[in-house]
Amino acid sequence: MADPVKLTIDGRQIQAPPGTLVIDAAKRAGIEIPAFCYYEGLSLQAACRMCLVEVEKAPKLMASCTLPVAEGMVVRTETPQVAQARKATLEFLLTNHPLDCPVCDKGGECELQDMVFRYGAGESRFTEVKHHVEEKQWSPVVFYDAPRCILCFRCVRICTEGMGVGALGIVNRGVLSEIAPNHGDHLECDECGMCIDICPVGALTSGAYRYKTRPWEMEHAGTICTHCSNGCKVTLGVRNHEIVRGNNRDHSGINGEFLCIKGRYAFDFFGHPERLQSPLMRIDGKLQEVPWSRALAAVAAKFQEVKGRGGKFGVIGSTRTTNEENYYLQKLARQGLGTNHIDHHRSGDLVTLIDALSGRPNASLATTADLYNAKAVLVVAADLASEQPFLSFQVRANYRHHQARIYVVTEKAVREDAYAAAVVRGGVDGVESLRERLAREPELAILFGASVKGEELRKLVEFGSSLSIPVKYVCLLDYSNSRGAIDMGLMPELLPGCRPSEQPGMTIPEMLACADLDVLWVIGANPLARGQLASANAFAVVQEMFLTETALAAQVVLPASSAYEKTGTVTNVTGEVQRLASPLRKMGTKPDLEIIGLIAKEMGLAPLMGPWDAGKVFDQIRQTAPGYNLPLPAIASGGAAQTAALNGRVAAPSRPELIQSAANGLFESGTLGRYSKILHSVLEGRGRT
Amino acid sequence: MLYNEPSPLEIKVLTRRFGLPNSAHIDTYLATDGYKALRKALEMTPKDIIEEVKVSNLRGRGGAGFPVGMKWSFVPRDSPKPKYIVVNADESEPGTCKDRLLMEFDPHQLIEGMLIGALAVDAHAGYIYIRGEYRYLIDILDKAIAEAYERGYLGRNILGTGFHFDAYTHTGAGAYECGEESALLESLEGKRGVPRIRPPFPAVVGAFQCPTILNNVESFCAVPPIIRDGGKAFADLGVPKAGGTKLTCLSGHINKPGVYELPLGFPVDKMIQEVGGGIRGGKKLKAFIPGGSSCPVLTAAECEGLTMDYDAMAARKTMLGSGGVVIMDQDTDMVKAALRIMRFYAHESCGWCIPCREGTAWLRKILQRFSDGLGVRGDINLIGELAKNMLGRTFCPLGDAAALPTISIVEKFRDEFEAYLTRQPPPSRAEEPLRVIA
Amino acid sequence: MTFSTELEAKFARLLASYPPGRQRSAMIPMLMFAQDELGCVSAELVNEVARRIGVTPVQVEEVLTYYSMLHRKPLGKAHVQVCTNISCLLTGGAELWEQACSRLGIGHKEVLPDGSISLEEVECIGACSWAPAIQVNYQFHHFVTPEKLDRLLASLRNENPHAV
Repeated sequence: MADPVKLTIDGRQIQAPPGTLVIDAAKRAGIEIPAFCYYEGLSLQAACRMCLVEVEKAPKLMASCTLPVAEGMVVRTETPQVAQARKATLEFLLTNHPLDCPVCDKGGECELQDMVFRYGAGESRFTEVKHHVEEKQWSPVVFYDAPRCILCFRCVRICTEGMGVGALGIVNRGVLSEIAPNHGDHLECDECGMCIDICPVGALTSGAYRYKTRPWEMEHAGTICTHCSNGCKVTLGVRNHEIVRGNNRDHSGINGEFLCIKGRYAFDFFGHPERLQSPLMRIDGKLQEVPWSRALAAVAAKFQEVKGRGGKFGVIGSTRTTNEENYYLQKLARQGLGTNHIDHHRSGDLVTLIDALSGRPNASLATTADLYNAKAVLVVAADLASEQPFLSFQVRANYRHHQARIYVVTEKAVREDAYAAAVVRGGVDGVESLRERLAREPELAILFGASVKGEELRKLVEFGSSLSIPVKYVCLLDYSNSRGAIDMGLMPELLPGCRPSEQPGMTIPEMLACADLDVLWVIGANPLARGQLASANAFAVVQEMFLTETALAAQVVLPASSAYEKTGTVTNVTGEVQRLASPLRKMGTKPDLEIIGLIAKEMGLAPLMGPWDAGKVFDQIRQTAPGYNLPLPAIASGGAAQTAALNGRVAAPSRPELIQSAANGLFESGTLGRYSKILHSVLEGRGRT
Repeated sequence: MLYNEPSPLEIKVLTRRFGLPNSAHIDTYLATDGYKALRKALEMTPKDIIEEVKVSNLRGRGGAGFPVGMKWSFVPRDSPKPKYIVVNADESEPGTCKDRLLMEFDPHQLIEGMLIGALAVDAHAGYIYIRGEYRYLIDILDKAIAEAYERGYLGRNILGTGFHFDAYTHTGAGAYECGEESALLESLEGKRGVPRIRPPFPAVVGAFQCPTILNNVESFCAVPPIIRDGGKAFADLGVPKAGGTKLTCLSGHINKPGVYELPLGFPVDKMIQEVGGGIRGGKKLKAFIPGGSSCPVLTAAECEGLTMDYDAMAARKTMLGSGGVVIMDQDTDMVKAALRIMRFYAHESCGWCIPCREGTAWLRKILQRFSDGLGVRGDINLIGELAKNMLGRTFCPLGDAAALPTISIVEKFRDEFEAYLTRQPPPSRAEEPLRVIA
Repeated sequence: MTFSTELEAKFARLLASYPPGRQRSAMIPMLMFAQDELGCVSAELVNEVARRIGVTPVQVEEVLTYYSMLHRKPLGKAHVQVCTNISCLLTGGAELWEQACSRLGIGHKEVLPDGSISLEEVECIGACSWAPAIQVNYQFHHFVTPEKLDRLLASLRNENPHAV
């Protein structure tokens, strides 16, 4: 690496690698140079002129956002001349900017407000008529108020560069310049809302949040998105026991600044009017509200009775409940009810992957950070942009920032095509045609979709090893804790930590087909949406947030809390374990952990199960599930820790025939998606309901 | 037919073929030493070509006055990337109408200049970016290019030397900002005419991200005479630091407006009185714009003893600019002039950076109100202060171009602004709506 | 979209004028030449040009709305552009503009009801030394006097844009 450059900023001696921009060098030294248009990771603009600084021997002020450091350079960032220039620029900005801060969503969080405050540019000499344009709605979630826009072009850049969508453009010129959507008067895009989050002012506002609250009236909780498997951190803004905003307040998660429409807006299932808030029991053939005590007693009595006579249980767990809940559930099922008929909706053949990787020194599982840093990435049979939006963002960022080579092997065109080093249209066999190029790469990360399973997956791993370079894998999965459901043993063949159960047990199709099933216990899943329950006399207990097809067929329905209302951990698609934060609770609901605990208690199994405290259950997981003995501080402080690599054969049958991804697109999210108005409104806007 | 009578005081180097019958035709060109410089250049090394241009002291004729030879020497000749020649024919600086004539009357001189530039940097394609309003010149240049291909001066194996070069015309569509070289390159690439971050300069990263020679039409047209007759002969026509002649466009309150080729260092007084035939109606000079509306305006007193060259203008805190000389007589309303100039820059601001976008729009509004008789005393200082708040702080020189004439007018003709304050305000007038471009 | 053979030939020449992969460069000339033939840049034309040069329609919109000579609405058969910039201002350009507006009863970027003439007040058109100047459909008229303007407008109303 080249020698660092020495320079002086505000009298301080600073060293920075050659090529570092002065604004970054200053930031690293703890000196903030203000800017609107400069945004780390996006292309340079030098448009806002707020970052002008004095540089010794330069005839005029220089834009520090485009000025590389030079040996012996002397920079001053806060001289009277600099302050005067910034104040003047702010005065210019405020000429056409409406001073509607009292009703602007951004008021209190606005970078322009902060800047005016900092430079005391509160007085304006502007007495002319302001240029006004009416506000426009571009989509269910995106509104644009042109007069508020300061034209920093962050939105255009995050959409084009960050998202690879390019839905926004700049139209007109001079003072009439505006941002424009890609379809004349409306947007057709990912509706990710990145443009809104990145807007320094209130020009782009969210249909889900606008005019609902002042930002300082909210409390914020950083938790993990409950939709897809990518595990993005989302900050929920809560006011009066309602979630009013989802955003990315401190960029502290594995997802940095990224969120998709689901993470940002689809928290709205929380307050859906059909949300269950009381237990229901089938009385006289109809589901009727009953107190928790009566419902739990009925469930426990039935479980006790069936257990007593050695009847058949079928337990279906969830891909969205926490690791603790999943662990607790399988423990109660296996040790309390004495059944191994436990399963969940399987969306990727992780089991085969782990087995296939065993004994291969150059192969491992990738983290989301690896996707940003790997020198080369291979995407096989997956539409990342639609189904794995954050992973797609990471791969794109890797290409943008590190010029990583991206290879694509898919049946259909995907967004990665646009910047891929090579594209092969076809099935997984297509990787063979890339062999020579891939073998020349120093390392590779491979992401593969649900269709790559069983023998085909083993062949892919074999191919990866034959390249003789380090290869890391991501087995793509559907939901927020699909990975955790596997790791916690929600399947008959595996115990927590992928240890073989060596016990027979029914899978979901087998349970549904079992004519003499006595109890079907479903937690956060909807198997009857597509399947039929063969057993006419089965007593169905369903823990759910809504009256799904499965809940409607139940004898007892127990209202469950969502992931946003509980604590515990979830494991994302790349095996990174993160902790949920609970900012609120829907009245009448209980977290599944507590419900399972209460059922156990009613059955007199409390001593076996231990307390329904997420922390205590996680301790049990750490002790019993290989790979989960993770450094606690990383997780406890809001970070992520990847489950330790398992390296050993998984001595259990692989069941590729059971794997079926829901292939949820950007505007779908299983049951939760059905109860998200915002996702519906986008689909309706496109005539795709 | 010429647009104005030539002056006997002209030294006709670049314009020597103006007025010849069928002057744009290649036969006329060949009959008057045409493509001789190219033949000579084909025998020279690239280094020698650039050296000859350096010796000529040719400074960029688009307005900035940067030495052409030095600009060419910045092109990394060894770069594996292709190199390009781009001609800035986006002549849009108010007061300037010279490149139009060079292309209309002597298109082959421009093509020959491009070819010599191409030899100097090993370029094999060149684009003439012509402002959209000059549509008729595209036909003239396309015809000249076709003639040159036909006679073997363009295309593959030029004059049997193995050198190849293709020339193309490219039309703009109405944007002053595209006269700024990096904005021109953006426009050439099918984008909004917004300047690029510099450095890198076009010599290193120019058209299509490749090294590029980008010069004004007049600069390229000066190259054939320089190579043909030697750089020194050209240099000797001018002043020590700026060689050759400059096409000067006289306009405004002058008896014989027109485009004249005058040696650098030509006295301003002589230019007005003898070349231009004096101020119209025998009036007195009030204000003088030396090189297009971006230049600070000079008073009559400041013009005394002044000569038309880069350094002399710099000494009076103005610029030689593009050669667009605008003469304003004693009756000129300087408030209206300031307004008109600011209206132009507000209309042409690309909108990229805050100070220029908002500053020009604000100043246009104040000056409009002021000129409508609704000004207040504070406006006069405000105009100057706002212009200074743009000066040197914008993304590209357009902000300075708007600020400099404004500052000079409000400072030098403050009394006219004061006089406006005592006038009777006219009946109220509706706010002029802003105009959307498309 | 189908265009005249002549325009198609121009397009083909343009697309071959730029280095491989740089066909976006043809955007502005294509829009200009197509506008000359079709009268304006319609939404259909935006999509067509975008398709031919491999960009998104919004990228064409960005350009279309930036350049003052490109317009979405058809102009008059004769588009009369009056320069009022500094050199023309000093020589009567502003008065000519007022005169044109009052004679025709239309203003900036407006079209006569019969579509024969449209008016536009323009920035410097590069005829400063022969000011005041007017352009009609790209054709320059120099040293325009009020009388010349009246004659010009009268002839244009007779649908003969090139007579003066």
